[in-house]
Amino acid sequence: MKVEPRLHFHMPLQRTPFHARTSAANVLNQWGNWSGYTTALVFEDEAMEYSAIRNAASLYDLCPMVKYRFTGPDAAACLDRLTLRAASRLSVGGVHYTAWCDDAGKFLDDGTLFRLGPEDFRLCCQERHLPWLIDSALGFDVRVREETEEVAALSLQGPCSAVVLQAAGFDVSALKPFRMMSLPFGDGTLLISRTGFTGDLGYELWTTPDQALRLWDHLTVAGRPWGIRPVGSSALNLARIEAGFVITNMDFIAAHQAVREDRTRSPIEMALDWMIDWDKGHFNGRRALLAEREGKTSRWAFVGLDVPGNVPATGAVIYAGKTKEAGFVTAAEWLPTAKRNVALAHIERKYLKSDLWADIYALRELQYARLMLPVTVTERPFFNPARKRATPPGRF
Amino acid sequence: MTWDAVIIGAGHNGLVTAGYLARAGMKVCVVEKNDWIGGAAVSRELFSGFTYSNCSYVSSLFRPEIMRDLELPKHGLQILPYEGGAVMMQDGGHLGMFRDHDANRREFARHSPRDAEAYDRYARDVLRHCRFIRPLLLRTPPDPSSFRPRDLAELAWLGKRMFALSEAQMYDMIRFWTMSISDFLDEYFEHPTIKAYQAVASIIGTALGPMSPGTAYVLLHHAMGDVDGNVGAWGFARGGMGAITRALAASLRAAGGEIRTGSGVAKIAVRGGRTTGVVLDNGDEIAGRRVISNMDVKRTFLGHVDEAELPGDFVKRVRAFKTRGSSGKLNIALDAAPKFTALPEGAPFIKGDLHFTDSIERMERAYDDWKAGHFSRDPFQDVMIPTMIDPTMTPPGKHFMSCFVQYAPPKIEGQDWTDADRDAFAKTCIDQIESYAPGFRDLILHMEVRTPRELEAEVGLTEGNIFQGELTFDQLLFNRPVPGYAQYRSPIRDLWICGSSTHPGGGVMGAPGRNAAAEILRDAKMPVKEMSDAYAIP
Amino acid sequence: MPSLDCIVIGGGTNGLACAARLARKGRRVLVLEASGAPGGGAAGGGFAPGFRSPGLAHIVHMIDPRVADILALDRHGLGYHTISLASTALSATGDHLRLDGAFGASLTGTISAEDRAAWAELRARLMRFAAALAPFRGLTPPRLARAPGNDWAQLARLGLGVRRMGKTDFREFLRMFLINVWDVLNDELTDDRLKGLVAFDATLGSWLGPRSPNSLLLLLNRLSGEVAGQQGALALPKGGMPAVAAALASAAEAAGVTIRTGTAVARIDVVGDKVIGVTLANGEELRAHRVVSAISPKTTLLSLLGPRHLDTGATMRIQHQKSRGGAAKLHLALSALPDFMGADPKTRLVIAPSADHVERAFNPVKYGEVPAAPVMEVVIPSAFEPGLAPDGQHVLSAVVQYAPHAPKAGEDAARAAMLEATLATLETHAPGVRKLIVGQKMLMPYDIERRYGMPGGNWHHGELSVEQMLFLRPASGMAQYASPVPGLWLASAGTHPGGGISGASGWNAAGRILEEARA
Repeated sequence: MKVEPRLHFHMPLQRTPFHARTSAANVLNQWGNWSGYTTALVFEDEAMEYSAIRNAASLYDLCPMVKYRFTGPDAAACLDRLTLRAASRLSVGGVHYTAWCDDAGKFLDDGTLFRLGPEDFRLCCQERHLPWLIDSALGFDVRVREETEEVAALSLQGPCSAVVLQAAGFDVSALKPFRMMSLPFGDGTLLISRTGFTGDLGYELWTTPDQALRLWDHLTVAGRPWGIRPVGSSALNLARIEAGFVITNMDFIAAHQAVREDRTRSPIEMALDWMIDWDKGHFNGRRALLAEREGKTSRWAFVGLDVPGNVPATGAVIYAGKTKEAGFVTAAEWLPTAKRNVALAHIERKYLKSDLWADIYALRELQYARLMLPVTVTERPFFNPARKRATPPGRF
Repeated sequence: MTWDAVIIGAGHNGLVTAGYLARAGMKVCVVEKNDWIGGAAVSRELFSGFTYSNCSYVSSLFRPEIMRDLELPKHGLQILPYEGGAVMMQDGGHLGMFRDHDANRREFARHSPRDAEAYDRYARDVLRHCRFIRPLLLRTPPDPSSFRPRDLAELAWLGKRMFALSEAQMYDMIRFWTMSISDFLDEYFEHPTIKAYQAVASIIGTALGPMSPGTAYVLLHHAMGDVDGNVGAWGFARGGMGAITRALAASLRAAGGEIRTGSGVAKIAVRGGRTTGVVLDNGDEIAGRRVISNMDVKRTFLGHVDEAELPGDFVKRVRAFKTRGSSGKLNIALDAAPKFTALPEGAPFIKGDLHFTDSIERMERAYDDWKAGHFSRDPFQDVMIPTMIDPTMTPPGKHFMSCFVQYAPPKIEGQDWTDADRDAFAKTCIDQIESYAPGFRDLILHMEVRTPRELEAEVGLTEGNIFQGELTFDQLLFNRPVPGYAQYRSPIRDLWICGSSTHPGGGVMGAPGRNAAAEILRDAKMPVKEMSDAYAIP
Repeated sequence: MPSLDCIVIGGGTNGLACAARLARKGRRVLVLEASGAPGGGAAGGGFAPGFRSPGLAHIVHMIDPRVADILALDRHGLGYHTISLASTALSATGDHLRLDGAFGASLTGTISAEDRAAWAELRARLMRFAAALAPFRGLTPPRLARAPGNDWAQLARLGLGVRRMGKTDFREFLRMFLINVWDVLNDELTDDRLKGLVAFDATLGSWLGPRSPNSLLLLLNRLSGEVAGQQGALALPKGGMPAVAAALASAAEAAGVTIRTGTAVARIDVVGDKVIGVTLANGEELRAHRVVSAISPKTTLLSLLGPRHLDTGATMRIQHQKSRGGAAKLHLALSALPDFMGADPKTRLVIAPSADHVERAFNPVKYGEVPAAPVMEVVIPSAFEPGLAPDGQHVLSAVVQYAPHAPKAGEDAARAAMLEATLATLETHAPGVRKLIVGQKMLMPYDIERRYGMPGGNWHHGELSVEQMLFLRPASGMAQYASPVPGLWLASAGTHPGGGISGASGWNAAGRILEEARA
C-alpha cells in the first residue's frame, strides 16, 4: 500500500508488498518495526510457527531487509575492498555470507551478497549504510543504489520447502546451497536462491512488488499439503539462535551507531574471522585487523554457551569464578528441536579459561528469581542437520 | 538589616543562585528593576487574554539537576516536548523533521536517498560530542594559568576525560570544536535544505554565520540539553517561558528569600575594595555581605561600579567583551492558526519550529547583511506557535506566534535604531511570512516587535545579545567573561557574577547561576547541600 | 632489490628539502618533477614577450632555518634584495602609511600617537606569541594517544616554553588563540589603513575573512616563520622565486640527489600492502624502498595511489580535507613604472583600505562569485631586478583576494570579471596604470590548480585553518608524514606546518623517514 510520498507521516511504518496477505493471516495482530516496515511478530502461535520451520514449510516476508545494488565494471573490485571476503571469487549465480568493517576493523554489518551478473551484485543487510557504500565506491567505476522497495522477497524454509517448490512448478532439485536460479513467473521472472536464516533446508524467492501477491498465493496453495504457514519474527529468531546466526544490533552494535566507543566488535572478536580473505589485497579494516591478529589484542570472544536447566539466560551477566564480571549474554533460548538451553555471549578473552557463571534473573509471578548457574562454552551451530546441505534435497 | 546576599536581577540565573543560597541558609534578597520578574525567561500579557513568551521561547538546556534541587515541578514548572519542525522551500516544497525515526528517514529520502541514511551517523557523532561536554556545564572552569591545587586538579580531570576517548575520537572532537557548521554538515549531507535545517542551532543567538569557524560548537551548545532524557530535544514551558522564573521565584520564597521588583540598582556600593551592598535608583541602600550580579558583565562593571575601583586591565577586557546582538523578535497574537501553503494538512510539525531559509547560502547572506550593519533583507526566522501544544496561553482557537529573527544588528549602520527602522524590520519579517502563508497579515490581532534596542532597554542585555556575550572560543570556558575571572568572582571582594556572561553561557540553562552559587557557598565555607551531581549517563 | 632508497614525487621546495636531507644521510634519492624545471610554486616563467614573472609567489615569508643553514643555500646562490621589505598601506587619497622593519616595526605617515603606541604594543605581543609557536614548526605533530611515537620530552619542553611567557601573556595567548583578527584590530587600533593591512596579511592565502574566528592564528603562524634569522620577514630573493628553487635544487644535487624534470608520475605501485615504486606517465616503472610525495596529499592518495589501497574512512578524511583557494595571481607587463600616488615602488603596496574592505571582498567567494572591490598586495619586482622586463618597462605582480575557486558563472566569465575588478581597483590607486598595460595574465584559483597541481588552487595544498593544522594535517591518522600504506610518505605543504616556500614539511618528513629506518 502506498501513500503520497509527502504524506508518509500518516503511516510512518511502510507496508510490504505482501501486506494484504500477512495482515489477513495475522490473527493475533502482533506487529513490530523492522527497518521502518510493519512486520509480523507472530501470526497465530509462535510454537506452531517455529514447528513449521523445523518440520514442514514456512513463509516469511523478507521485504524489509535492506538491499543495495552494485553495478559496473569495478563492482567486484569495490566489494573486495568493502567486505571481508573476495567478491571477485564469487561466481555468477553464487551467494555468500559476508560482513564489512570500518577503518578500525570493527563490524559495521553483516549480510548476504548475491552475484547476479559479472558486473552486478545485490547486498542484503540489516542496517542502512548508503553513505558508507557510496563513499567506498570513490575511485571505482561502480554505481551503488538502494533498492529495498523495488524487490519483493519471501523466505520459504523447512524440510518440505523443496517439495513445495516442486509442487509449485519450480524445479530446484539441482540447486546447491548458496546458489541461485532464475525462472519465468507470471509476467516476469522469479529468482530462487538456496539461502536462509534458519540453518535448515530453505530457499529465498525474489521478484518484483507487482508479482508479490501472486507469488504468495501460488506458494500457499502449492504448499497446503505440507502444512505451509506464514511465520513471524519471533519464531524465526528462535530458529536463528538454534542455527547460531548473529544479528546486527542484537548480538553486536554496528560501529557507526555505537555512541560508546567500547561497544564495537571486530570479526575476530565475533568469531567470524574465518570469513576474512587476507590474500585478496587491501580491504577496509585490513591493517587494523592484521595488527589485532598479530598482536593478539582482541579483547572479546563471542561464544555459544550451554546453560543448565531450562530457564533462558536472557540478558544475563556472565561472571568468572562467580565474582569477576566476564561478559554478557545477547541471545538465549531453550531450543525445542535440539532440546538444549543455550546462549550467545560476549566473554572477555582473559576469562575464557575460567569457570564461568551466568547470573540469570527469571521473572516468576512479578518477582525475579535469581539463578547463578555454571555455563560452558560450546560449539555453534547448536543445530546443524544434514538435510540443509543435501543436493538434490530430500523429499520430506 | 544586612542581607547575606543581594542579587541584582530576577532573571533565571539570579533566581537560581538565590534559590541555592537561600536553601543553604543565607538571607537572600533579589532586586529587580522591572515591575515583573523573569529577565529574558518571561511571560507577559501584552494583549488581553494572550500570554507572550516575548524573549526566550523554548526550553531544553535548563538543567534538570536544578529543577530537581529547587523542586521546580512542585512550584508549577512543566516542560512540554514539541514535535519536530519544517523548512518551507522556495520551490513550494517542504522538508519536515519528525520525532519518529522512520518518518524522518522517509522525509529525508524524498529529498536525498543518501542523506536519509546519513542522519543516524550524524546524530550519533553530535551525541558523542555532547556527552563529552555536558558534564563540563555544571563545573567551574579551571584557570589554566594558575598553579592552585583546585585548578590543577580540574585541569587533570579534563585531561583524563579527554584521554579516555579513543585517538580517532579526540581528533574528531578537536576538528568539530574549531570548524564551521557548514563544513561539518558537508561531510554528512548533500541536500541544501537538510543542511540548512541542521545548521539552525549553530547560528541561533550568535553573531556568526554558518560558514564561520566555531559554529559547529554552537550547535553543540544548543544540542546538549534534553527534555526528560531525550538528548537534543526541545520543549515549551507550559504557560510560557515565564513559568520557569515563576517556579524559581516560588521556590525561593518558600526557602525564605525575598524579591523586590521595581527596584533598579543605581550603583554597587564598594568600600575599601569590597562591596557592602547596592544603592537603588530611588537612593535606598540595601546592605549585603555579598552582592551577586545577574546583569551581564558589561552592565555590571561598566555601568554599576566606579571604574576607579577596578584594575585597568580588567576594565579594558570587559570593554572588549563581545556582546553584539544578532537577533530580533516578533511576538504576534493571531486570530486563527496560519495556513502555510507548503505544509501538508495535518502534519505534526506545525507544532514544531518552522523555517523559511532553505539553504546555508541564504543563511550566510543574511549574516553578511548583519556584518554590514543592516538587518537581513531575507532574514532567517525561527517561527513557533506554542499554542499548538500549550492551551493555556490564549483564548481557545486563537494563537500566539513567536518569530525569532536573525540577523538584526545592535545598531543600524552605526546609528541607534529608530522606530522607522524597527517598523521596516517588522515589515520585512511579516512580508516573508505572508509569502508562505497568504492572508497571514489579516490574522494579526496584536504584535510586539523587539530589536536589539528593545532587548537592551527592557531586559538589560547589552547590545541585545541574548547570551549576555558571544559564544566564541575567546569568550568560552576559562576565557568567559574575562581571563582570570572565569570563576564567578570579580576584582572586588564579595562581588560576584552569576549571569550568562559566565561559563557556560546563555540559553536559559541556569548553569551559570548554579555554578556561581556553588562557588559562593564554598567561599563562605558553607557546606554545599542540596546540590545534586551532574547527571552522567554511563 | 631496487637501486633507489627513495623516490620523491614533486620537485618543489618541500620535495627538494626532503630529498636533500635524505641524501645527506647517504640515501640514494631520485626526485621526479613533472614540469620542465624544479620549484613547484616557486617556479617562475614568462607571461608576455620580454617580461618574466617572479612566479606564483612573489615574496618569501619563511624559509626553514634548518633548510637554509644545513643546506647552505647561500653558498648555492641564494641572496636577498631585502629580508624586511617595507609595506605601504595605500590610501586612495595618497595619504599612505608606510611600515618598515619586520611586521611594521616602525610606521611612517600621518597616524595618531595613540595608534602608534597601541600598534607597538599589539605588534610586540603578536611577535611574542608567534615566537612561542615557532618551535612547533620543526616538530612532527604529536599523536593524541599514549601510543609510542611521541617525543614526550620535546613536547614537554615546548609546552613549558609557551607557559613561560608569564601569567598575563599566557592568559592573553589562550584568549587570542582562536579569536578573529577583525575583533583584535578593532579592539586595539583605530587607523583603517593599518587595520586593513593586518587583516589582509592575516587572511592572505586562506579561505577565511578577517571576521572569521580562528583568523588571528593564521597571522601568528606566518609571523612564527623566519627568513635568515628575521622573524616576520618579507624577503625578496635575488632572481625572484626561481632563484630559491635553483638554490635548493643545486644544494640537493650537491648532496647527491638526482633530479629528473619533465617526468610525470602516473601511479604509485603497491604490492602486498607495500609501496614498491612508481609508474611514470610514459609507462616506465621505477622501484624504490620508499616513495615520498611532495605534491598535494589529496592528489597523492586519491589519484596516484587510489582509494582501493586505503580504508574508506581514511579516504573520506582526505577527501574532506578542505582545499579552497581564495587568491588569484595577476601579472601585468607595464610600459612604464606605475605611480601609486607617490608610494615608494620598492615597497609592498597593499590595497586593503580597511578591515571591512577585506571582509567584504571575502563575502562573494563564499557563494562562488567575484568581489566588486578586491583587496591585494602588489610588488613590482622589476624595480629591484631590471632583467625581468625590457629597459624602462616593468612587471607588476599582485596577489588578489578573494577569487572564487569554483565560480558559479563559469571559469572564463569569472576570470574576466576578476581581472576587470582588479584593474579598476589598481586604477583607483595608481591612476593611469591601465594605459601602461602591454601584457596581462590573471591566474584564478582553478588556473593555479591546473598549472601547479594545487587542489582548489590553494597554496598550502589544503587550507591552512585550525581544524587542518598540526595533528589534523592533512588528516588525522596521517599527520606524522607516514601515509596509511607502508612505504609511502607525505611531505608536501599539505602536511604540518604547511606552505610558504619554507621547506619545513619536507625537512620534517625526511627526519621521520630517517628515524623509522633506524628503528
